[in-house]
Amino acid sequence: MLEINNLHISIAGRSLVKIDHLVVAPNERLGIVGESGSGKTLTVLSILGLLPTMMKVQGSVIFAGQELLGRSENDLAKIRGRDIAMVFQDPGRSLNPTMKIGRQAGETLRLHLDLSKSEIKERVLGLMHSVQLKDPEKLASRYPHELSGGQQQRVMIAMAIACKPKLLIADEPTTALDVTVQQEVLKLLLKLSQESDMAMVFVSHNLGVVQAVSERIAVMHDGEIVELGPTAQILDSPSAEYTKELIGANPSIPDAQELRRLSGSRFRTGKGV
Amino acid sequence: MKYSDKLTNVNELQSNDNFLTRSAKKSPQLILGIILTGLVLAITLVSFFWTPWDPIAIDVEKRLLTPSLSHWFGTDRLGRDLLSQIMVGSQNTLYVTLVSTLIGVVLGTSLGLAAAGSGPRWGGILTRISDIGIAIPSILIALVLATTLGPGRLSVIIAISFWFVPVTARVVVGPARQILSLDFVEAAMTHGRTRMYIVFRQVLPNIAPIVIVQTSMMFAAGILIEASLSFLGVGAQPPTTSWGKILMDSQPLVQEAPYYTLLPGSFVVITVLGFNLLGDGLAVLLDPQQSQKGVA
Repeated sequence: MLEINNLHISIAGRSLVKIDHLVVAPNERLGIVGESGSGKTLTVLSILGLLPTMMKVQGSVIFAGQELLGRSENDLAKIRGRDIAMVFQDPGRSLNPTMKIGRQAGETLRLHLDLSKSEIKERVLGLMHSVQLKDPEKLASRYPHELSGGQQQRVMIAMAIACKPKLLIADEPTTALDVTVQQEVLKLLLKLSQESDMAMVFVSHNLGVVQAVSERIAVMHDGEIVELGPTAQILDSPSAEYTKELIGANPSIPDAQELRRLSGSRFRTGKGV
Repeated sequence: MKYSDKLTNVNELQSNDNFLTRSAKKSPQLILGIILTGLVLAITLVSFFWTPWDPIAIDVEKRLLTPSLSHWFGTDRLGRDLLSQIMVGSQNTLYVTLVSTLIGVVLGTSLGLAAAGSGPRWGGILTRISDIGIAIPSILIALVLATTLGPGRLSVIIAISFWFVPVTARVVVGPARQILSLDFVEAAMTHGRTRMYIVFRQVLPNIAPIVIVQTSMMFAAGILIEASLSFLGVGAQPPTTSWGKILMDSQPLVQEAPYYTLLPGSFVVITVLGFNLLGDGLAVLLDPQQSQKGVA
């Protein structure tokens, strides 16, 4: 469904991203993992034509049979939100602070579908319900800063899935959230993607997060894909040296026994503070 | 005393003051500004229906009377009641200022947003054009227009707006660019919005406080420019009067009748001060960095 060929992103002659070939199949969840500055975000931004103008993009990005690179801003605007949607890292900064949640969540609907005001309102409430936001009516009349980070990200997801896109790009969607909220948002994204046949490209620096939602993983380093394969294969038998480092760097939670051993007698659990 | 008594009551932190009282505490200058501008506006409104004397009735017998009970502000060099003159003169002054401020704000804000929204090339060109506009003094433009279009309201309005538009554009473009660099703009683009739509519908509400403050500051500047131009004879033409024109008439008589200059002059000062205080007060009130409770 999405096919990237010979993608080359550069700035002032310096190469930033070089991808020979990358395919996302319909209803597939592809994870892109790599350290900061490895070019993950640039890659997904180039799909939507959202790169800063001073960056030069060459190659081809084909979505549903259409070439996306070099399309006019108006053409891209029609595709964005309707066919390809995106969820960003920091939901607090991705919402317009002066617009109420309900109105903001209806933006994509208002733009791409020909619906009456009451239909939009109804759909927005339905969407907010489907992203497991409690009390949608009440939240709809609030401003973004009155919501928690998890709620904000759910609103962003609701906006993204409003027009039933074929592809959802999630760029570090859980990085700015609490660990417990992270879990819920990941589950939600996975559920939405599976239930509505929506392919997903999941970008994160956290291998633990990426493996939880993706069937295949692409490991990026210095703007290139160093390894690509099914999730289990990447985790169990990594071939690239960098992938091994990534897996080694992923912290696993030590069990309580080990914690006690590490912290000695100073650390007690359970009783009084 | 129980420990719980020492805890701060949350309800006490949330003051029950209404919006006005809260604003007054936060920026007293706003209240003073509202009072002064309200006073001037009230006088102008009243002048449409009533003035103590006929403002254009000439009575040479009564020329240059000092302020008295029958003529509160005295009379001018032709024996006309000065208070009535000032009241009617405020109509022209406020009208010209209002129109040019509106033109300046609407066109200037649009130009500034367009400059912020377009790429570096067009944005740069628009910004340079604004700079050129700012560099030309409006008095100079007014003098040129007065010789080509003839003196009068229109020339003054064009001259003032010609200066206001680039000034507003320049004030707006910076904050607009800053807002445009925030994440929600990119997010809005992934929803399928075009950049110009985002600039006008989403960035504008975010810079509204700046535009509001700028409007009241320009109003103050507009009154000064209008008065200067009328003083130079480019503005209001007889029989229309304006504060600047009254000042011009009084100028040769400063020593003989100081009240004749001082009274209309103080109206200019009060109005300009009022609008400046209003602008300052709004700036304090609308600045989220200074307000903890987020009034906006």
